[in-house]
Amino acid sequence: MKTYFTSTIFRKTIASLSGVFLVLFLLGHLLGNLQLFISGEAGQKQFNEYAFFMTTNPVVKILSLVTYTSIILHIALTFYLTIQSKNARPVKYAVSSGTSNSSWASNNMAVLGTFLLIFLVIHLKSFWYEMHFGSVEMDLWGNKDLHSVTVTAFHELWYVLIYLVSMIALGFHLKHGLESAFQTLGVRTRKYSSAITNLTTGLVLLIPIIFASIPIFIYIKNI
Amino acid sequence: MENLNLKLKIWRQSSPNDKGAFVSYDVSGLNTHMSFLEMLDVLNEKLVVTGDDPVAFDHDCREGICGMCSMVINGKPHGPQKGTTTCQLHMRHFKDGDTVTIEPWRAKPFPVLKDLIVDRSSFDRIIQSGGYISVNTGSAPDGNSLPISKEIAEDAFDAAACIGCGACVAACKNASASLFVSAKVSQLSLLPQGQPEREERVKNMVSKMDEEGFGHCTNTGACEAECPKEISLEYIRKLNWEYHRSNIKG
Amino acid sequence: MILDNKIPAGPLEDKWTNYKAKVPLVSPSNKRNLEVIIIGTGLAGASAAASLAEMGYKVKTFCFQDSPRRAHSIAAQGGINAAKNYQNDGDSTYRLFYDTIKGGDYRAREANVYRLAEVSASIIDQCVAQGVPFAREYGGTLDNRSFGGVQVSRTFYARGQTGQQLLLGAYSALSRQISKGNVQMFNRHEMLDIVKIDGKARGVIVRNLVTGEYQRHFGHAVVLATGGYGNVYYLSTNAMGSNVTASWKAHKKGAMFANPSYTQIHPTCIPVSGEYQSKLTLMSESLRNDGRIWVPLKKGDKRRPIDIPEEERDYYLERRYPAFGNLVPRDVASRAAKERCDAGYGVGSTGLAVFLDFEDSIKRLGKEVVASRYGNLFEMYQKITGEDPYKMPMRIFPAVHYTMGGLWVDYDLMTTVPGLYAIGECNFSDHGANRLGASALMQGLADGYFVLPYTIGKYLSDDIRTPAISTEDEQFEKAEKEAKNRVNKLLNNNGNRSVESFHRELGKVVWDHCGMSRNKNDLEKAIETIKDLKAEFWTNVSVPGEENVINPELAKAGRVADFIELGELMMRDALARDESCGGHFREEHQTDEGEALRDDTNFAFTSAWEFSGEKTPSKLNKETLEFENVQLTQRSYK
Repeated sequence: MKTYFTSTIFRKTIASLSGVFLVLFLLGHLLGNLQLFISGEAGQKQFNEYAFFMTTNPVVKILSLVTYTSIILHIALTFYLTIQSKNARPVKYAVSSGTSNSSWASNNMAVLGTFLLIFLVIHLKSFWYEMHFGSVEMDLWGNKDLHSVTVTAFHELWYVLIYLVSMIALGFHLKHGLESAFQTLGVRTRKYSSAITNLTTGLVLLIPIIFASIPIFIYIKNI
Repeated sequence: MENLNLKLKIWRQSSPNDKGAFVSYDVSGLNTHMSFLEMLDVLNEKLVVTGDDPVAFDHDCREGICGMCSMVINGKPHGPQKGTTTCQLHMRHFKDGDTVTIEPWRAKPFPVLKDLIVDRSSFDRIIQSGGYISVNTGSAPDGNSLPISKEIAEDAFDAAACIGCGACVAACKNASASLFVSAKVSQLSLLPQGQPEREERVKNMVSKMDEEGFGHCTNTGACEAECPKEISLEYIRKLNWEYHRSNIKG
Repeated sequence: MILDNKIPAGPLEDKWTNYKAKVPLVSPSNKRNLEVIIIGTGLAGASAAASLAEMGYKVKTFCFQDSPRRAHSIAAQGGINAAKNYQNDGDSTYRLFYDTIKGGDYRAREANVYRLAEVSASIIDQCVAQGVPFAREYGGTLDNRSFGGVQVSRTFYARGQTGQQLLLGAYSALSRQISKGNVQMFNRHEMLDIVKIDGKARGVIVRNLVTGEYQRHFGHAVVLATGGYGNVYYLSTNAMGSNVTASWKAHKKGAMFANPSYTQIHPTCIPVSGEYQSKLTLMSESLRNDGRIWVPLKKGDKRRPIDIPEEERDYYLERRYPAFGNLVPRDVASRAAKERCDAGYGVGSTGLAVFLDFEDSIKRLGKEVVASRYGNLFEMYQKITGEDPYKMPMRIFPAVHYTMGGLWVDYDLMTTVPGLYAIGECNFSDHGANRLGASALMQGLADGYFVLPYTIGKYLSDDIRTPAISTEDEQFEKAEKEAKNRVNKLLNNNGNRSVESFHRELGKVVWDHCGMSRNKNDLEKAIETIKDLKAEFWTNVSVPGEENVINPELAKAGRVADFIELGELMMRDALARDESCGGHFREEHQTDEGEALRDDTNFAFTSAWEFSGEKTPSKLNKETLEFENVQLTQRSYK
């Protein structure tokens, strides 16, 4: 068992599992964010109540802890494994085979991941930090007005563009990451292979597109 | 039968400790029916006659089965033709005037010994760690006493087709040996004969693989794409499954 | 010297059983102190090393490749024979024995061949247990096919890679013993000499091919499992590194070399395409089951084969051998192809090829069935030639494939040097003057798994009181010095011809005069040519590079030097055997229809050549072949 926990396979399994959990988180996050499509005061009220619930409910709090842990584990393990792989090839090739034998995304997971990490920092600073530690004004119903913070942020074109580019990066990262996770867990058998491909393709298209449509929707509504 | 002229950029390294560098050679008047290794033979014979050190490369059967030939040609292990070892690659796949870069397998567990020759004994050590069924000579039951469905036998064969050349490691951006290890683990865990040692085998082989310093698998699929025997990624899936299963079972 | 083949007394079918029952045993505590050296890790070497280590002996194995898994046994395609009679088609040990003796044109030893047939069944069991994925029927039982024109289906196979799968099985067994510390494995090491002390083989001198370091290794017994010497012809289906050096050094140390001129020329190989050709590729003879062989009726017909109408084609095998047609044995098919090409009917750019046509089979069976049977072979042909065999007939020509000759061994597989054994293709084996398809794998594994482990005990049981001899012994010293001198001589020769050019020239001489047909006049001339070549080699060869790094040219130079000497012996053997038999075809001895004509009255013997010094020709010794169980007849395939 000891060798199991120190093996590369176990480490990437944890990286996979944390990744899969983060996809589930994204789905939940996405569902909640759909409320931003509701216009007017009704939308504002509902979103802020939802934000209050999400920051205070004990079950959600536990889930948040799992999410934070997943993020840290995912970053730490993939970072470790990336370094280990770099060490496994001390002398590089002069000519690279490029994408002739493997997808672009699969070769650039670390780059995509780093990009997403930067995005995450920006994203958390703008909303999570403000909500928890910033000075967010109260709305008419006595909740912190995260809705206004969000809507105001997405009135800036450059900010919207960051989100768009990041969602494209997310798409590529998920495309390889999710299928790869099923492979690492050992469940992507021949029998389920096409079902898994369909599922991941669906998620990979849906999650980034719907996420990206929110800032676009808000930005367009404002002009 | 056309005349082919090429510019070769070949990795030259006189010994394991030498730094090594690329050296350019012009070869002319090649026949397109030549194999890639015969093209190197032609170059070497010229070098010998002029008193230069010929290019050292591993090769033996020259019919695509021994797994000894090992060179990265223009960034691709065994060159541009799919499902083909270097020795079965023919010059008709190159165009007159092409520049061809030839490098050795690159991986820490495959140190360069000279020029294009690397030491792949790490693969032997992985097999020694468990890639066998423990059966002494003379103690085997009748061959037909254990029926094996055609489907299982074929699946085991597909995995057993591995020639141990190391192209999977050479192709992988992480220098992972997962495809090689998975092929042997899958072959033996699919067959009923392999069941008694099924758990110990995969544990030991994976430990050994890690210990040798191979990178981890990120499922890019480059190994499958470059494997001269086209061993399927399905076996890596199976390796992972077998590994989890063995450890959880205890 | 009188050759004692040590065949046990008694009826043929009881000899091996009685032998095993009476052979002296070595106790486990003594086995631990007995060291065995094995050179070569192919089917014979790996299986012997694994089996001996399992029994408790201390084993050291050596191979020149980077891993034991690369040995050329791996390239065998077709299958392995075994008298299992799983197909209920009347096969038996006796039938396999009889087919092998007859196929070998009655030039093999009855007792050895019978033992081979007897242990064949155990080989399959052993390999299945190791996890070799043999072809299976839908019901889960082992599948068989027929091979090489015999009347039963006794060939076990693993697609077209039977040799690979069997070798990997033996390699895995060897690996297991290495991991247990019972076998010490030396990769990239080449044997340069046998060390004899008090007349017995007691060790070897090897050279580490990576560092150039010379090493001395002691063994109570030395086993050679170094394969065949087909590369004497330069072009053959052997691997580039296959060589005769170990056998040749043994020969020079007193091991007799038997039937060196018995070589097998395989009929279905891809023809030579140019001067640069480095080796030939064999395609399984199973192709002859459905392919039809022909040449144009008109000399020098340059039309594309598909443009030549049926009535202008000569299906010469079907014409000459209506009973067996395209399925005649290898030697017969090869000679017939040569005859047509010599007469000017050959095809292709060199005129040295005949067509192997699947047009009729594709019409009869459909492309799909043909693809399922031969798809991988067609693909290989296309890779090499760039032509599509589904659309255009393949061009094939015979090529050197296997050497039936080798070190003379007795029933115990021991050479004429006490304590020195030879197993697998490197001994003169059980195949007589021609080997049947799917029998080479059988013999290699029979020797390694089931024969040597018993017979070596007979010698070693006498040796339990011999302590390990120090490698400081003067014989080790002397042998190492000689090996070093030779390497230095090669490196400092300062000639101006490449090793390759000598090898190519030698190959052409041997192929032209000791290939598919031989005659007195040519052989006599060739002996002189080779003598001259040898002299030129030692004055004019150029070996670049250094001694203490990997130097493939140096390794090759040593091997070619030995091939040159072997070439001369082959000529002498072919000259002395003034009859035709199997693969040995003397033009002076043929029937009116051009078939091989044996002379059983004068030549029913094995030629065993004894080395008599560098300057004197080797001496011929004869081991008479006694046939008590089969009747000698003229082979007929009409």
